[in-house]
Amino acid sequence: QVELNEKQVLLGHTDRVWSVAWSPAGDLLATCAGDKTVRIWVEASQGGEWRCVAVLEDSHSRTVRSCAWAPGGRQLATASFDATTAIWQREGQEWEQAAVLEGHENEVKSVAWSPSGMLVATCSRDKSVWLWESLPGNEFECVDVKQGHSQDVKMVAWHPDGDVLASASYDDTIKLWIESDDEWICAQTLIGHESTVWAIAFNAGGSHMVSCSADTTLRVWNCQSNAAGDPSWKLATTITGYHTRPVYSVDWSPEGVIVTGSGTAMTSTLKVVVGSFDLQAAKTRAER
Amino acid sequence: MDTLINPAPVVYERKETKRHKGRSTTDETQRDAIDALEIFEHVRDITDPEHPYSLEQLNVVSEDLINVDDAKGNIMVQFTPTVQHCSMATLIGLCIRVKLMRVLPTRFKVDIMITPGGHSTEDQVNKQLNDKERVAAALENPSLVQMVNNSLQTVK
Repeated sequence: QVELNEKQVLLGHTDRVWSVAWSPAGDLLATCAGDKTVRIWVEASQGGEWRCVAVLEDSHSRTVRSCAWAPGGRQLATASFDATTAIWQREGQEWEQAAVLEGHENEVKSVAWSPSGMLVATCSRDKSVWLWESLPGNEFECVDVKQGHSQDVKMVAWHPDGDVLASASYDDTIKLWIESDDEWICAQTLIGHESTVWAIAFNAGGSHMVSCSADTTLRVWNCQSNAAGDPSWKLATTITGYHTRPVYSVDWSPEGVIVTGSGTAMTSTLKVVVGSFDLQAAKTRAER
Repeated sequence: MDTLINPAPVVYERKETKRHKGRSTTDETQRDAIDALEIFEHVRDITDPEHPYSLEQLNVVSEDLINVDDAKGNIMVQFTPTVQHCSMATLIGLCIRVKLMRVLPTRFKVDIMITPGGHSTEDQVNKQLNDKERVAAALENPSLVQMVNNSLQTVK
């Protein structure tokens, strides 16, 4: 049985916190917010309080919408409504801005580092997905710009094998992109959600993907081989009836537990489902 | 504005409103539940972005198109643009959202919808007005915020 207990409330941001990300080693937490800053938190002692050790500011001129750690944990990418993505590098306890990825026409909504660390994907309200190659000396080169979604792209996420990039959109679809002859192509478009797809997450083994939507449902997709022997993703389950408002975020724990966050009336709710996707725990908390 | 989308809107009187039911005053520690009339009072005097009239005078908002569930924290405001293809619909909806955002406690979840059948692209407008990310990004646009603030100044 899974339980959710509040451990600590992190105070510091002065506007809505949009995204949080654990470093690969789990020793740092990055948070980003409408106050245009990114904060890095560390546990003061084993089992002790988490405190803010760095404020990354003066780079973004608008809301910082999402943040993502590089696999090694020494770099952090931050995507902003100001149309840029910043790359920050850690030297000891100091954080410095190492690069800025410019190219999107307007709000960048999500950034994701490939498992190898070689590629960074970004997506935007300009409906495009961009792929950037990480080169020595903190140089980043755009290697492909993918049009395909007909509306804002809300989130990008890499398959754990690094060969598939998934993008979720305001156009109610999910697209799966693969590399083919030095170019990234849309291998599949997953249709099913009836409103904006806000987030996607793969399970640790990469056999399944879960998506969450403004249609209040979660959908679980699994990968099988089609007649031609190519991987093909199909809807496995629709999880419905737990949320009454849009589901904004979803993730999959290494143990196979799905965690969601939604805009339920009066509270923020976390719901957890496992195995056959039964509800394991729900937590609601009044907003401060 | 060079050409008005609706050059001759029908203008209605500002109505006198009164509470349908008395408010409890016996227990001072209990707060009164927020009801449709209270929400209407907040949005009735928003100025139409195109005309020097209030949303109430143009019949864009009315008390009976507002639903409130105080206990669950849900508020639904339906509004009726004056013409079917009104391109101002998104801006009007944004004005209503911003006004309620500024006056209500954050526990309330507000849905803003065009009255069904009231607009040629209502699904699109509704989706945009209820996407918290789109709304947050729009409110970082200074000229848009200026237009919203102009409309939120009370009609003289």
